[in-house]
Amino acid sequence: MTIDYACYAHEDEAGRQALYLQIDGMTCAACAFKIEDRLNAEAGVRARVNYGTQRLHVSWAGQTDADKGRINALVPLIEKLGYRAAPFDGESQMEQAREAQRFLLRCLVVAGFATGNVMLFSQALWFAPAGSLVGATKDMMHWAMALIALPALVYCGRPFFYSAFNALKHGRTNMDVPITLAVLLTSALSFYETRRHGDYVYFDATVMLLFFLLIGRYLDSLARGKAREAAQGLLAMLEGTATLTDGTSVRIRDLRAGQVLMTATGEKIAADGVVIRGASDIDTSLITGETLPRSVEVGEAVYGGTVNMSAPLEIEVTAASDQSLLSQVVALMEKAEQGQAKYVRIADRVSAKYAPVVHILAAATFLGWVFIGHAVWQDALLKAMAVLIITCPCALGLAVPVVQVLASGELFRRGILLKSGKGLETLAQADTVVFDKTGTLTLGQPQWLNPEALRAEDYALAVSMARRSRHPLSVALCYGVKVADSDIEVEDVAGCGLAAQVDGQVVRLGKGVWLGAQAVDDGQMEMWFRRGEAAPVRLVFADRLRADAAETLTGLKARGLRLVMLSGDRQTAAQAVAQGLPLDEVRAELLPADKVALIEAMQAEGRKVLMVGDGLNDAAALSAAYVSMSPSSAMDVTQNAADFVWRGEGLRAVLTAQRMAVRTGQLVTQNFAISMLYNVLAVPLAVAGFVTPMIAAIAMSGSSLIVVLNAFRLKWARG
Amino acid sequence: MIILMLMIPIAGSLGLLALWGFMWALKSHQFEDLQGNAERILHDEDDAD
Repeated sequence: MTIDYACYAHEDEAGRQALYLQIDGMTCAACAFKIEDRLNAEAGVRARVNYGTQRLHVSWAGQTDADKGRINALVPLIEKLGYRAAPFDGESQMEQAREAQRFLLRCLVVAGFATGNVMLFSQALWFAPAGSLVGATKDMMHWAMALIALPALVYCGRPFFYSAFNALKHGRTNMDVPITLAVLLTSALSFYETRRHGDYVYFDATVMLLFFLLIGRYLDSLARGKAREAAQGLLAMLEGTATLTDGTSVRIRDLRAGQVLMTATGEKIAADGVVIRGASDIDTSLITGETLPRSVEVGEAVYGGTVNMSAPLEIEVTAASDQSLLSQVVALMEKAEQGQAKYVRIADRVSAKYAPVVHILAAATFLGWVFIGHAVWQDALLKAMAVLIITCPCALGLAVPVVQVLASGELFRRGILLKSGKGLETLAQADTVVFDKTGTLTLGQPQWLNPEALRAEDYALAVSMARRSRHPLSVALCYGVKVADSDIEVEDVAGCGLAAQVDGQVVRLGKGVWLGAQAVDDGQMEMWFRRGEAAPVRLVFADRLRADAAETLTGLKARGLRLVMLSGDRQTAAQAVAQGLPLDEVRAELLPADKVALIEAMQAEGRKVLMVGDGLNDAAALSAAYVSMSPSSAMDVTQNAADFVWRGEGLRAVLTAQRMAVRTGQLVTQNFAISMLYNVLAVPLAVAGFVTPMIAAIAMSGSSLIVVLNAFRLKWARG
Repeated sequence: MIILMLMIPIAGSLGLLALWGFMWALKSHQFEDLQGNAERILHDEDDAD
């Protein structure tokens, strides 16, 4: 995808041009310094890499448009070092989220400070020999605790107070309401008791409760922040710009229906549209699974993501891009903040139903101890507070989202884009994997099988000619070949091939008919070469298997999944690919509708199918399957239909995602069990009055922390 | 017990000092890129500004 970096540049406060770039390929901090040093060596350029977010901030002197354009010369410097760079413009949004995170961290640290210092006194009061700390000394220590705890509570209770207040304002309750209530009532009681020289002083319990809860909250927000950064970074790498007919560059995300795109030869078409000027060939391998290009004329529809091969085209955009993959993922990320997965919804519903129960239970405990148990009201109130704290369904509220967020963050980091909220749950249940052949198991790029058919001088000539063309077979011909370019004049004969004049002879490379060759019908992709009147030579091509296909399939097989290949290609071609792969079933010569029917038949048998495919012909099958994945080289339409999209050459992402999904499912179940068990055990004890607010605070925040830490095992386990 | 009148404020202000130090570090973006900054110190070619 071509990118005009200049349209992302903006002026900073210092009057310099500045831009954020997402960098791909950094493996250690030394890589970051290498990039910085290279750019800082340029006059007037300042560069700084944030290794954590893999983002580079680069600024350079100048105000004019020409100065802006300088970035287009700087980026190749980075690429020459072996890294990919993509413009990133979400920095201001990211900064907002980071500020929210810093706010939580400030609250956390203040709560930690207050807890430590209040403990200094409460420990002394607890462990002093009976009767040794009384009267004025005890009061002084209570006042000192109040002096530390009360301002700290006001400061670091804000995340809970705001959230509780918002919920109440909208007539709802959430889990912050009982926490807020407990903190406020316990503090008020402690203050009252301090003033009347009493003993029911529990400042330590309140600050400690907030401290532990904030640890859980902060870890949660850290995980979300990481997931968001990784997702935005991945999106930036997938984004590009398009050129309009008036020469301006527009981000593909901002394209609107009716705009006219200028698509140069070799460029990826940015959006679905109709050709309004020009005629060219389009690489339709993604649409039909065929590797050979299709010619298009004025009035014909073209799909976003396909490549324009032979001549410039003007294309009127028909689909506004808010349907696009990027905007879908952005919308998903926003939803993911609340979580929309099934388990998350269950947890939400339970928390919502449960919160009123918490309050009723606490009130009943208070009344029960006053009227039936005849306790003093302070004591009854403290028992009620213990119930309020201990029954709060915090762990339940955190149990699922934390795991989901960590899992999606980890996937994003590995270049796998999770597009649907329920994707992880459904993927974990899949028991059959259906692969498409072309572009999925194979790279969708032909490979030249018989280079030995050409004599050395013909070989060099054919490669030099092929370099002038973007036809997939020409590209395959020069793939990885290091031959010096011959100085020849090459003519592109539309629809036929390439011709050149060498030593008074016409040399032709292209279709067999055009060269006057005898047709061979064995179903293989072919190209012919003929020097003058010598006999034409047949060059044969076949699709290449992805390098890690066998390894990935073996891995999936070992995990007990049934592997099926459904191909639209001929039986012989399909068998050739299937050879050496641990497939359970291979079906070929299928129409797109057949694939859908086969998948539906499997699902009718009770199987849960993961469909992996990349072509337009797979889009229907992807939607029909229980869960689906597609590579980022796929058509936009196909990517839109898939639940997961992965970046990169390999197929390994399928295995990684499947592992991660299963692990996520396990951790979610564990977390549910932990939080349920905790509530079942702790609540009766609290109602019975065996629990002080201090122990309640430890137990409750402890359960939240256990759930969060359990979720973090996802990161520690290798996957 | 009069020593407490001295010790408590001293202990408290030491804690506050540490708290202030942390807030200062947070505000000046010292926690933005922990891994990168940890290794930046080992990097020779760092620019002098």
